[in-house]
Amino acid sequence: MDVKIFPESEERKLTAVIYGDIDHHTAKFIRGEIDAAIREHNPCILVLDFRFVTFMDSSGIGLVMGRYKIIHELGGEVLTANPPPYIRRVMQLAGLHRLSRIISCPTPEEIPRGGSDIESSDTIAAEKQLTQENK
Amino acid sequence: MNKKAVNEMKLSFPSYSENERFSRIAVSGFLTQLDPQIDELSEIKTAVSEGVTNCIVHAYRDTVGEISLQVRIFDKGRVYIKIRDKGCGIDDVEKAMEPLFTTAPEEERAGLGFAVMESFMDKIKVRSQKGKGTTVVMEKTLKTRKALR
Ligand SMILES: Nc1ncnc2c1ncn2[C@@H]1O[C@H](COP(=O)(O)OP(=O)(O)OP(=O)(O)O)[C@@H](O)[C@H]1O
Ligand SMILES: [Mg+2]
Repeated sequence: MDVKIFPESEERKLTAVIYGDIDHHTAKFIRGEIDAAIREHNPCILVLDFRFVTFMDSSGIGLVMGRYKIIHELGGEVLTANPPPYIRRVMQLAGLHRLSRIISCPTPEEIPRGGSDIESSDTIAAEKQLTQENK
Repeated sequence: MNKKAVNEMKLSFPSYSENERFSRIAVSGFLTQLDPQIDELSEIKTAVSEGVTNCIVHAYRDTVGEISLQVRIFDKGRVYIKIRDKGCGIDDVEKAMEPLFTTAPEEERAGLGFAVMESFMDKIKVRSQKGKGTTVVMEKTLKTRKALR
């Protein structure tokens, strides 16, 4: 399990890419890493990227809810990005989309060097589907 | 109803949080003999993780105690899972099972463990006695592609 942090200071956006299993045991560490980055960068938008999450139980819901509280108090927004289908089911069961919009977006590491902002049609299609589900 | 199990396993381990991962992987490893579908296995792993985590977080709050985990396979892909602790017990089981009810909100618990178990398994039964411990029994019938024996 690991967390990688990608700050984008111009937009006051912070992306945390989470790797591996999220359970009660690992949540402590993940929370610590993200909260340290929040204190350092003071973001308006926090993106929690679940693309590489291999397992998640309700501890992951607690993790998102906890970050929501912190960021909401700072007047910002938390986005939940790229959850694999099974993890999306846990999130929907919890009604998490009411606190944090579920989006589909490129994961920072994947952006090719010299970065283009053009989204693939795949991403756009997935985004459309999510917009439906978020309603 | 009192049919004999086709196969079964029992585990017992101390309530260390490192064992959350171990326990769900052990169950999933045991159930591969049924050739389950990935999403069914994910659901069972999540339910087991919820049950075991509750023993660690709530039942043995300030101590370390024994958690026992039993899995039985019956014919037609019926899986029975029992998670038992000898911890603090639950005051009001019905209340505890309500979605979003938690006695530990300051620890970022969502109060969704039982809701997840209920939704990912076919059946769940909780027995608890204050000061004596809690037993959670869950069942799920897999759409197994392989009839066992
Ligand atoms: N094995 C147990 N022993 C003692 N109390 C328990 C046990 N399991 C659950 N409880 C009680 O039932 C409540 C609800 O459990 P549930 O798993 O639904 O939510 P949670 O553990 O509080 O939060 P989450 O599972 O979302 O992290 C707990 O807060 C706790 O008070
Ligand atoms: Mg729980």
